[in-house]
Amino acid sequence: MKFVKFLIFGIVFGIVMAKYEAFSWYRIQEMFRFQAFHMYGIIGTAVTLSVLGVAIIKKFNLRDFHGNPIIFYPKERLVTRYLIGGTIFGLGWALSGACSGPMVVNIGYGYLAMVVVFLFAIIGTYLYGVIKNKLPH
Amino acid sequence: MIQFLIEPWPWWISGIIILAIMFLLIYFGQSFGFSSNLRTICAVAGLGKKAHFFNFNRKSQLWNLVFLVGAIIGGFITKIYLSNDLPVQISQKTIDDLGQLGFSAPESVQPSELFSIKVLFSLKGFLILALGGVMVGFGARYAGGCTSGHAISGLSDIQVPSLLAVIGFFAGGLVMTFLLFLIIFS
Repeated sequence: MKFVKFLIFGIVFGIVMAKYEAFSWYRIQEMFRFQAFHMYGIIGTAVTLSVLGVAIIKKFNLRDFHGNPIIFYPKERLVTRYLIGGTIFGLGWALSGACSGPMVVNIGYGYLAMVVVFLFAIIGTYLYGVIKNKLPH
Repeated sequence: MIQFLIEPWPWWISGIIILAIMFLLIYFGQSFGFSSNLRTICAVAGLGKKAHFFNFNRKSQLWNLVFLVGAIIGGFITKIYLSNDLPVQISQKTIDDLGQLGFSAPESVQPSELFSIKVLFSLKGFLILALGGVMVGFGARYAGGCTSGHAISGLSDIQVPSLLAVIGFFAGGLVMTFLLFLIIFS
């Protein structure tokens, strides 16, 4: 079954988020207070290495499993949506201590209160879908 | 070997594993972006009838929902097999700052002041969780991505939109941490 690999990747992701405490409200506070290298180390190494990886893929025109060329689609050249959307996200990230992925990792770890956070994240997503045409992008 | 599994791992291994996940997803024709799942769940819940935004090819995102299920399992596996139940070792400065806001020193990974079942049933406690969640969900969709989609995937392609999003993440996070917390947790 082709989905088994995505389940495994997800499990590994969940383990890393939990094992490295990236799903901890305390760690996110530490990050926004610039009081430790921890979260910057995790995100920083991932980004630095992946910049190299993307450059290699582009330089050698590498193809994926299906033989298709790997294309990195540029995002829309806008400004407002990223700044405002990002800020709202950041407010929520600091308040709840969890971004999208770690929310569910917390649930698996046993913090059932995160089910509320997750449910309202879905509601927040729905809210965007309903009012997006009235928002500046 | 068991000791290694239970103790904290060196921080740089995390970056390598996340990198591996990101590139394996790319190799299999997808991309690393977790918040899309929130949109897919809305679509699966039939909200495509209420807002056009949720009318899209859900089957193409099934792999990501499976990934989400995996993430939950990963959290569970870590709790049962890979953790030593010690409190998270954050900086003393953070502990002191949080102490000023009424938070006791960490006893585990999450503050019971926010995530205990007792707090969940208090109005203020529930509102904090709900508001936090709504802002993450709304903000991620408005910005077209969360930490995985922008800070990791987007920045690795040196996309200016993702840099703007990350600047936004920090602007919001700092405003909440240094200003709004003083009001919320006074």
